[in-house]
Amino acid sequence: MSQYILLRHRDTPNLHTLDGYQASGGFAAFQKAVTTMKPEEVLQEVKDSGLRERGGAGFPTGIKWSFLPDKIWPHYVVANADESEPGTFKDRELLEENPFQFLEGLMLACYAVQANLGYVYLRGEFWQISEQIDGCIAALESAGLLGENLFGGNYKLSLHTHLGAGAYICGEETALLESIEGHLGQPRLRPPFPATSGLFNKPTVINNVETLANVPPIVEHGAAWYHTFGTEKSPGTKIFSLSGNINKPGNYELPLGTPFRELIYGHGGGIPGGRGVKAIMAAGASSTLILADDKALDTPMDYESTLQELGAPLGSASVIVVDDAVNIGWLVKKTANFFKHESCGKCTPCREGTYWMDHITQRLIEGEASLQDVDLLYNVATQMQGRNLCALGEFSTMAVTSGIEKFRDDFEALVKK
Amino acid sequence: MNEFQEKNSDEIRQILAKYPPEYKRSAVMPLLHIAQRRKGYVSPDDIRNIAEILDISSTDVASVSGFYTLFHEEEGGRYRIQICTDLPCALRGAETFLQSVCAELGVAPGETTSDGFFTVEEVKCLAACHRAPVLQVQGEDEIIYHENQTLETFRTLIEDLRRHGQAQKEGA
Ligand SMILES: Cc1cc2nc3c(=O)[nH]c(=O)nc-3n(C[C@H](O)[C@H](O)[C@H](O)COP(=O)(O)O)c2cc1C
Ligand code: SF4
Ligand code: FES
Repeated sequence: MSQYILLRHRDTPNLHTLDGYQASGGFAAFQKAVTTMKPEEVLQEVKDSGLRERGGAGFPTGIKWSFLPDKIWPHYVVANADESEPGTFKDRELLEENPFQFLEGLMLACYAVQANLGYVYLRGEFWQISEQIDGCIAALESAGLLGENLFGGNYKLSLHTHLGAGAYICGEETALLESIEGHLGQPRLRPPFPATSGLFNKPTVINNVETLANVPPIVEHGAAWYHTFGTEKSPGTKIFSLSGNINKPGNYELPLGTPFRELIYGHGGGIPGGRGVKAIMAAGASSTLILADDKALDTPMDYESTLQELGAPLGSASVIVVDDAVNIGWLVKKTANFFKHESCGKCTPCREGTYWMDHITQRLIEGEASLQDVDLLYNVATQMQGRNLCALGEFSTMAVTSGIEKFRDDFEALVKK
Repeated sequence: MNEFQEKNSDEIRQILAKYPPEYKRSAVMPLLHIAQRRKGYVSPDDIRNIAEILDISSTDVASVSGFYTLFHEEEGGRYRIQICTDLPCALRGAETFLQSVCAELGVAPGETTSDGFFTVEEVKCLAACHRAPVLQVQGEDEIIYHENQTLETFRTLIEDLRRHGQAQKEGA
């Protein structure tokens, strides 16, 4: 695709400056919304566009916004720039290269739910980016695009950044809210949901950076235009972060519904050394492993197809390619160690389960495990499922169970002879 | 007003203004970041001072500091060299890169060089998987990414950091 909706900086120079962004039509959508549209009209446009969450869950964004009650005030919008899923680096490119489109999306979301205050939560490692976003916010204040009486009306809006400090779990929306409130990043029990009681106990929308970056073009060109990209149920384009054993790793913005084969062999240039692709992880370390046969390679990457045809959610569309030289037991050891490190420890099944999965897979790669240990590993994972307070606990079991189910030989090759 | 507050009063005022007054506690991470940046770690004095500014207990501040991996309670090397060895990077040779870096500096992961300049640490995904091997340097005042690393670029990097650190030491 030659025309970008999100990665527009790749063919528009200076998009990262306010002047450059405005020169290419930036903030026309925000001005149009605030001066000519009611908040509910903006919300309706986003609903009609069919835009779905880009942070992982795929839930329709406009519907999520409509859950905020109009009897409890103030409302808040929080942008999730925690981007910590292994294999995901798309939000970072948007924040660095096209920050104003993301901020305009955040501002439109604020207007749509009538919030006067929005926060951008960035992972602590994005320290440089956070300084850059502070600079962008200051530029918007000087230009009169943030502040009181915007465009001479009575809408007012302020934005602030909040920097995390190294914790994957803070990408989970309620842990993120806890973190802004100055607590440990541990998920909250639901209900209440953030839509009714979120940040500072007030109705709150939390959206991913990429989700928000879609909003200005939707408001500018309309929902019908947006539906010309992607599939009927998964409209629009998506940024696929392609990593692992691949010749040209990077971000690729493609219409939802593009087959894996086109991403991996077309855009990604295939596998180094001409090796075969063994497995695909479509949702970073949280993936259900996909056995990369012809059927899988020809499956469209959208929210329905990958799940229905391959039993694997598309998630954040962080596509990790694994070639045929990799032992899946070793790979599962990497994901198990990640989740053991990142479990917040609030609930027992996840805290203990991630510990044991890490421990057993460590023994496995050291050649110290038996065949029974492989079964034990599988049992630990299945016993955790459905018993965790948040999705991290589930995510931690995905590669383990699908790995053993689909690539059992690799595990058996590692056991003590 | 405590010493921490005096030294950073403007910055602290700006930070507190970001949050509703009754949710002052929200400033705990931003204030810990200031402490971490100034000295390369968070000291017991910092914890007490931050607690005092925010009207919460030192235990509360210490538990937040302990939860997040970018806050360190102990003085490490002047620069923390944090190399990502998470799955996508590992598929592109990050574990071998870590070994050669450790051999180069004569330390194991987690250890500090004898001159006190560098601590080598393994970290999880840094959202730079397409540019593996990748590392971040957590130094005083900043966290900087270094991507598409080779042993050669790494050697240049540590020479630069040594020179810079040495000059600062002499200037101080
Ligand atoms: C363990 C865990 C980690 C997550 N990490 C992120 C993240 O880094 N970035 C993100 O946008 N969403 C992340 N999410 C999803 C968020 O909880 C939330 O659904 C999302 O921010 C909503 O935004 P969206 O509707 O625009 O996708 C994570 C969820 C879980 C359970
Ligand atoms: S499932 Fe894991 S990460 Fe989630 S709340 Fe429980 S312990 Fe924490
Ligand atoms: S896995 Fe190393 S930066 Fe993502």
